[in-house]
Amino acid sequence: MSEEQIKNLEEQFEARIVRDDKIEPKDWMPEKYRQTHIRQISQHAHSEIVGMLPEGNWITRAPSLRRKVALLAKVQDEGGHGLYLYSAAETLGISRDEMFEQLHSGKAKYSSIFNYPALTWADMGAIGWLVDGAAIINQVALCGTSYGPYARAMVRICKEESFHQRQGYEIMLKLSEGTQEQKDMAQDALNRFWWPSLMMFGPKDDESPHTAQSMKWKLKRKTNDDLRQQFVDQTVPQAELIGLTIPDPDLKWNEDKKGYDFGPIDWDEFWQVVKGHGPCNKERMKARVNAWEEGAWVRDAAMAYAEKQQERKEKQAV
Amino acid sequence: MKKNWPLWEVFVRSKNGLEHRHFGSLHAADADMALENARDVYTRRNEGVSIWVVESKHITASNPEHNGELFEPAQDKVYRHPTFYNLPDEIKHM
Ligand SMILES: [Fe+2]
Ligand SMILES: [Fe+2]
Repeated sequence: MSEEQIKNLEEQFEARIVRDDKIEPKDWMPEKYRQTHIRQISQHAHSEIVGMLPEGNWITRAPSLRRKVALLAKVQDEGGHGLYLYSAAETLGISRDEMFEQLHSGKAKYSSIFNYPALTWADMGAIGWLVDGAAIINQVALCGTSYGPYARAMVRICKEESFHQRQGYEIMLKLSEGTQEQKDMAQDALNRFWWPSLMMFGPKDDESPHTAQSMKWKLKRKTNDDLRQQFVDQTVPQAELIGLTIPDPDLKWNEDKKGYDFGPIDWDEFWQVVKGHGPCNKERMKARVNAWEEGAWVRDAAMAYAEKQQERKEKQAV
Repeated sequence: MKKNWPLWEVFVRSKNGLEHRHFGSLHAADADMALENARDVYTRRNEGVSIWVVESKHITASNPEHNGELFEPAQDKVYRHPTFYNLPDEIKHM
């Protein structure tokens, strides 16, 4: 194809996105669109899968059967979300194995929030309430994204997320109605997860170089700062309602903007964690790599069995 | 030995009376496993009453780059639509 032709195709392509036409797997697309989507969708998938670890850690120690079935179902959902997203990424021409390889080698990133430890039962509350709450805000914005398979996965995921947040908030509610020790536990979990949750929306707009391109492709509908503001505004009253305090001395209602002003985020910490120096980066990767390597014989055995069955069937048919 | 599990496409009938609809895809060693995985991945909340799985390599898909030629025959046949026909105003339902 000549440069002229490609430019033409690109213009038609951008025009399709402007008029809300969805892009489907076999459609022509600019190489940059393909690569950006592979990166974002696979990182999103990795986040779902790695996100199972901090919560999976508490399933056997849930305080009641009710909490246990809820947490189990939630963690299973996150596994499902990862699978929807991996298969959406595969439609762009990357294999599942390549994606795992990128995760395990550290080439691919996943959401930094999962590099923080889940120390107490209250963390299951804080994670559902704050982490899933932040994820929902990001994901609702993506339901109308331009790449069809990604948008469809998002719609399905969003439907499933709302119970995740509710069960988390319910845990916090119950703890905050409990003994002083339980209240303290809830407050401590909020203290530890508040700032990392705000970081989930990504760097500030003026330090987020891809925003313009992502907005054009509808990979973003609102900027990081707008989404973060939305999260703060919706979460502060929820904390107040159950008597918990947001750990930010600068937090203040701003009547002019009809939203909360909040204190500075520690971006050094954010970049440290992204670069692999968070409290649990190594542990999370080790768990994933172990699961993959120790599961290899199971995958091989299943394949060998399937092939044997197939051969048997073919022989019988002769 | 290293052989990846093949990719399967999953179709789910959400209730009787409705057609099966493409829900997504997954990897499985064989058809039985694909069905079980499809149940776990796509119908955790009673989203279906029937599942079809088919190995992705068996699907032949049209190429969107040829959509012009492929769908052209239907493009100029307005007489296939009810609005093409002029009826007196007195006829309300037809
Ligand atoms: Fe999720
Ligand atoms: Fe979730």
